[in-house]
Amino acid sequence: MNGIQKIGIALFCVALIIFTALLGYNDFVLTESSLSTSSEIHKKAILEEAASLGVLDKTYNNNISFISDFKSSILSAQAKLKNQYEENPPKDKEASEWEYKIGDWEIKNILTPTIKASGTGWVSKNTFNAFLLTFGLAILGGFIFIIPKFFESPGIKNDGIYHSSLTKGLKFGQKLFFITSTILGVLIYGFFYMGGNFFWPLLTAIVIGIILFLVFNYQKEKTLKPTRSASSEFAGWLGIFAGVYLIIFYVILYWSPQYLTNWITMVDPISQSLSGNDASQWFLYGLLYTVIVFTMGIRMIAKYRHNKYQIIRTCSVMFFQTAIAFILPEILVRLNYPYYDFKNIWPLNYTFFFDWNINNLLESGGLGIFMLVWGIVLIILGVPIITYFFGKRWYCSWVCGCGGLAETMGDPFRQLSDKSIRAWKFERWIIHGVLVFAVVMTAMVLYHFFTGSSKVLFFDSNNVRQWYGFLIGSAFAGVVGTGFYPLMGNRTWCRFGCPLAAYLGLVQKYKSRFRITTNGGQCISCGNCSTYCEMGIDVRAYAQKGQDIVRSSCVGCGICSAVCPRGVLRLENASGDIAERTDQLRTIHITEDQIGIL
Amino acid sequence: MYIYMGHMREVDTQPYEPNFWAKNRIDLVREHISEINHESKKLIASDGTQIPYDQLVLALGSKSNMFGWPGQDLKGVGGLYSLQDLENMEEYSPALNRAVIAGGGLIGIEMAEMFRSRDIPVTMLVREKSYWDNALPPEESQMISRHIIKHHIDLRLESNLGEIIDDGTGKAHAVTVKETGEKIDCGFVGLTAGVSPNIGWIKESGIDTDRGILVDDGLQTNIKDIYAIGDCAELKNPMPGRRGVEAIWYTGRMMGETVAYNICGSKIKYDPGIWFNSAKFLDIEYQVYGTVLSKAPPEHKSLYWEHEDGEKSIRIVYDESSKQVIGFNLMGIRFRHEVCEKWIADKTDLESVIQDLSLANFDPEFYEQYESALVKLYNSQTGKNLTLKKKRKLSQVIKFLRS
Repeated sequence: MNGIQKIGIALFCVALIIFTALLGYNDFVLTESSLSTSSEIHKKAILEEAASLGVLDKTYNNNISFISDFKSSILSAQAKLKNQYEENPPKDKEASEWEYKIGDWEIKNILTPTIKASGTGWVSKNTFNAFLLTFGLAILGGFIFIIPKFFESPGIKNDGIYHSSLTKGLKFGQKLFFITSTILGVLIYGFFYMGGNFFWPLLTAIVIGIILFLVFNYQKEKTLKPTRSASSEFAGWLGIFAGVYLIIFYVILYWSPQYLTNWITMVDPISQSLSGNDASQWFLYGLLYTVIVFTMGIRMIAKYRHNKYQIIRTCSVMFFQTAIAFILPEILVRLNYPYYDFKNIWPLNYTFFFDWNINNLLESGGLGIFMLVWGIVLIILGVPIITYFFGKRWYCSWVCGCGGLAETMGDPFRQLSDKSIRAWKFERWIIHGVLVFAVVMTAMVLYHFFTGSSKVLFFDSNNVRQWYGFLIGSAFAGVVGTGFYPLMGNRTWCRFGCPLAAYLGLVQKYKSRFRITTNGGQCISCGNCSTYCEMGIDVRAYAQKGQDIVRSSCVGCGICSAVCPRGVLRLENASGDIAERTDQLRTIHITEDQIGIL
Repeated sequence: MYIYMGHMREVDTQPYEPNFWAKNRIDLVREHISEINHESKKLIASDGTQIPYDQLVLALGSKSNMFGWPGQDLKGVGGLYSLQDLENMEEYSPALNRAVIAGGGLIGIEMAEMFRSRDIPVTMLVREKSYWDNALPPEESQMISRHIIKHHIDLRLESNLGEIIDDGTGKAHAVTVKETGEKIDCGFVGLTAGVSPNIGWIKESGIDTDRGILVDDGLQTNIKDIYAIGDCAELKNPMPGRRGVEAIWYTGRMMGETVAYNICGSKIKYDPGIWFNSAKFLDIEYQVYGTVLSKAPPEHKSLYWEHEDGEKSIRIVYDESSKQVIGFNLMGIRFRHEVCEKWIADKTDLESVIQDLSLANFDPEFYEQYESALVKLYNSQTGKNLTLKKKRKLSQVIKFLRS
């Protein structure tokens, strides 16, 4: 790292500190106009309570006490309305009780927009400056760090990755600590998330227990000792810090977005210019995501600029994230069409078959119908056919948003994936388990949609889908998916959790022309390919035997081929030998009857 | 190398997971063996432990060559072969002002790259006129010499190590260049003038040795049930054109497979097949298949194409009279081993190889292909009008390999 690059890093750190500090830096005043609810009854009740508690029109200089006071006002209004409703049931029998009472879910919907609208301080008045000081400065710092890389001599530059406290990975014990505490945290929070129902967390705990039993006992991986996993003798403290920061960010984003209102306010003007609406936390997240994919995509291109496959692939993920996933849906909204990401495929896009989505698409005229058909065609024709020709890489490392983030922001952490056979066993149980869960959940939701009955056996389809959204959609894909980049590698979600990756992988394994071929006897078993495989495939185990690599998890990122110092690995599509591509054709270097190298 | 540069951890460089041995019922014993008793079929460890055997395979590896330079046993001097050598380099790396490397071969350039990865200034003393010119043809050798200098390595050609100077505490602090007498201050001296079989005390155990442990065609030593493979073995009857000791990785692997057949009762002869090798010089990958000599005899002609960036080249060596292809030398371009091998084994005609050259292309997808440049070069040299006939599709390659 040269002096200029250090300045870039310093600017980025300053931007990150400002960004974080801005969360609490604003003034808030609750007024009649900043209270955001469509119900006049609710509004009146909350305003009365806020006035009597002294919250109304009081200036707060931080969001924590404001949120807490405002929440008490709502809770007290909720209790009051509930009492009123029970003591004096309204005469209008047609109306739903929730027109009078405030539902728990509605509190969430009132909180974030109201907190945001109540902001009156520096951030709210200076959205543009705040944006410049955070996003702007971070992007500037990033580019100052990245641009000098274009002037280094081209070639693989992995120097110092295992010396850096950000990228060297965790000790086995630390890793175990993060996994265990995340699981416990999710299960305990899940209990409250499901309204104090212990059934779902308990069922999940039982499934986790079964998987542990299957891997450790049934499949004879009895030792708990670290095998050759990503664990190491040294602890990457900067990596732990980055991981914890990301985990906290995702927890707040999914489950307490009211604390993020200053950030959301900051990106209002951009949201206005795209969709014509104020920003939500999801717009903030989408913008952040796109900026990161774009900036870190430039870094990826600088790092692999001698490698055309990597350049084209990186441009592809940058394009799909920016244009198709971020900008196009916002423009659709502006034109009064449904928000729709054309490249997001069920079961990764698990809400696709939810009643509100289907209804929304059906009510949106020709384009809505097209979106519905497009989504279904992708699932039943697109995935198998394109995967047959090119392998699952066409989606996972060229198109997908999760993959796009993993390949750009996640690239510095790709070496942290666990390469052990034990991890592979966990992977197969968990990812296919999630696929089964996604299919069952969707089947129940569709059953509900067509029959109107939410009960299937003992289960309520609403609970099933709520738990899926919480456990898989938020906790696994988000908190673990990205938060664990610096802890367990950049493809933790894609490898262990993504149901679409599982589906693509089944096609890739059993019916695809894609494989990685090895170059005769040239492998020297150096280990670069395995180390830098983000999916934790022990590539070397195949390469040193001269065997082709056909694995359902391979996303075809091509990095194994790029880092190979002897030109051993090549990604290929061919139909000529499709039936025998997993045969050990070139496995032996010396044979009894035909002595020679093959 | 990769451990020092921070690309990998030590555990990543091991070809199998730590639990591989136990899973496959292999007892991994860490002992220093000091004696072989072949009459009672026992190994005796330095702590006195006795390990009985039925069949013994010796795979003792190499040790760095030391040519009796003054000061070669000082601290801060070392080769690069074992993990201990790496630890030695690591020990002297902090605050290192300069490293001098004596010996310009594959290990020398590796060591230079290692120090450069930590921005440590490096001087390379190379005996030859151009880097590794006793193995590479002149154009390729010059290409790598240029590349070394581009990477800010102080390359001194036609220079030998004179002596290593003691700083008074038993540690190296400078070297002199033999030819000029120039003194170069340095905190580490790398000795990378090749390796030789690590056979130490084996000579006294009754096993015949010369440069290495002498083995027959089935890799057995003069003593029944004792075999030797890898760097430490010396073939009594090497193939024509091949040396008795070949310290390269794949011959070790092939010997391992051969010896396994022999021990398990299928008697086969060791046959390393057609020569191949590969390496990476800083950012330039290198592959060779068949016979490519540094000083080509008159009957060996070559078609040599070099990219205008001066960091990629293709050389096809053929026999002048028969026009049969005998070797390939690649810089910065990947060729497919099996295809090149089949062309050489089948004594394929140069023109047919040139027209089918795309079959050998092993570069990643979307890379620029240079086969047409080679055809153009050949046409301009001969006035012919050849064209490329095949594409680099795997299906075509498989068809060709099975033909």
